[in-house]
Amino acid sequence: MMNPKTQNKVAIGSLYGIAGLVVLILMALLGYILVSGVPQLSWHFLTAPAKAFLEGGGVGVQLYNSFYLLILAMLISFPIALGAAIYLYEYAKDNWVTTTIRTAIEILSSLPSVVVGLFGFLFFVVRLNLGFSILSGAFALTFFNLPLLTRSIEDSLRTIDTTQREGGLALGLSRWETITRVILPAAVPSILTGVILSAGRVFGEAAALIYTAGQSAPALDFTDWNPFNISSPLNPMRPAETLAVHIWKINSEGIMPDAKAISSGSSAVLVLAILLFNFAARYLGKRLYKRLTSA
Amino acid sequence: MFLNNDVTAKTAMLERHIVQPADPEHPTILSTEDLHVYYGKKEAIAEGDLRFASNQITALIGPSGSGKSTFLRSLNRMNDRIATVTGKIMYRGIDINQPDIDVYEMRRRVGMVFQRPNPFAKSIYDNIAFALRLRGVTDKHELDEIVETSLKQAALWNQVKDELNKSALALSGGQAQRLCIARAIAVKPDILLLDEPASALDPVSTSQLEDTLLELKQQYSIIIVTHNMQQAGRISEYTAFFNQGRVLEYDTTSHIFTNPQVQITSDYVSGNFG
Repeated sequence: MMNPKTQNKVAIGSLYGIAGLVVLILMALLGYILVSGVPQLSWHFLTAPAKAFLEGGGVGVQLYNSFYLLILAMLISFPIALGAAIYLYEYAKDNWVTTTIRTAIEILSSLPSVVVGLFGFLFFVVRLNLGFSILSGAFALTFFNLPLLTRSIEDSLRTIDTTQREGGLALGLSRWETITRVILPAAVPSILTGVILSAGRVFGEAAALIYTAGQSAPALDFTDWNPFNISSPLNPMRPAETLAVHIWKINSEGIMPDAKAISSGSSAVLVLAILLFNFAARYLGKRLYKRLTSA
Repeated sequence: MFLNNDVTAKTAMLERHIVQPADPEHPTILSTEDLHVYYGKKEAIAEGDLRFASNQITALIGPSGSGKSTFLRSLNRMNDRIATVTGKIMYRGIDINQPDIDVYEMRRRVGMVFQRPNPFAKSIYDNIAFALRLRGVTDKHELDEIVETSLKQAALWNQVKDELNKSALALSGGQAQRLCIARAIAVKPDILLLDEPASALDPVSTSQLEDTLLELKQQYSIIIVTHNMQQAGRISEYTAFFNQGRVLEYDTTSHIFTNPQVQITSDYVSGNFG
């Protein structure tokens, strides 16, 4: 029979051990990706278009596509998720309708992304005739992203105390004014964390895009910003292989001589881009929170 | 031992319904008629018929769960969507418990301060100014002036006048509660409802808050829920005693404390239970 003090020590010891193991695995993984990938990085690698058969291709187009797709997907899914979360948490009563919606969201969030991809292929690419395009990809990513984002925004709203809502109402604010002027500004940091997490998932997503945004990256003319031209970076109707899809493709069917190096380099770029996005979003979020709350 | 006496007094009370000392200098500003509050099917308040005098402090006392907070929150319709409130709440001749009343406008006339200080995650200045801005007060000078007057009335101005742009979340509990009072009076209400506003405060802050309330009654009619008998005795002109969802007694505070008509009130104010 252990006394409580030893018991406590053992518990703390094992928890430290588990936490250490997790950190170790993550560091090893990250270290491997960076060590094998960073040496491949160069300005040329980051900007040049990919080559199918020859050495020396870059990932410029794929990198751009990844960001463009991320932004489009977020532009579509964030407002919908925000609206849904506000409705579910602030307005809807707890009854069978909202329970059904919540269950549906939970089921959707555990849907394998390849299923989302196939659905996107059948519905957006074929049925709506959008073809392999950024738009199809963005819609598929919206489906992929919406449940988790809605859930995380709803959780963010939940962290704001009820007394804040009562405070707003007691001043004669409508519920909508209370939500937009009191609750949302206070929830910005927490909402932002959810957005960053889901953005990372979207940025690294491959399976849902293989069948929707396609696996080819036509060369882009970065001087042409007319979204109706096929080579314009802004054109949402062109097929657009992203970085994550590129990595998958090179590893499964890459025939260029330096496939291994490109794959390593691309992985490093992916990880670094997500990291960069993270820091930038946090910085902007802090500035925004400060402006909104003068905290 | 006063059981018989008690029952008679109680019956008399229930028959009379409204017990409110007439005072021509402080006419009734708010009154309830046949007020019932239901949570689902369960009745929380039965027949709270009370009249509240203007520019006076009325204390609502009673044991936990006696319905005093529920009653208070019904007065500015904060129980909408939470409970069903039937009966009339008359404010300046209008029944504000009607569905077609503009509750948002009404709550600007009947302000409320809560048990736990709830400053918004905004600057001290914006905590007070933003509700005014939403109602079209955009003139900087006018806003400055209202912020200053409200903070002065809430006795917070001297402590915060140099840090109006700092976050209100950094204020101490007592200061935060004063800010909430300042915020409530900035929209210029007639009536101020306070739900145990001092229960989260230390004795010094509590005593300052009581002084502030005594000042504020010159301009506002105050109804305060309190757990603290001494507080009710110190600041209020009238006291209503709640028990199990009913108003058992309503009279001048001195009368309630020195000569309660109902045994249970006597037990409560003398600290025998509650």
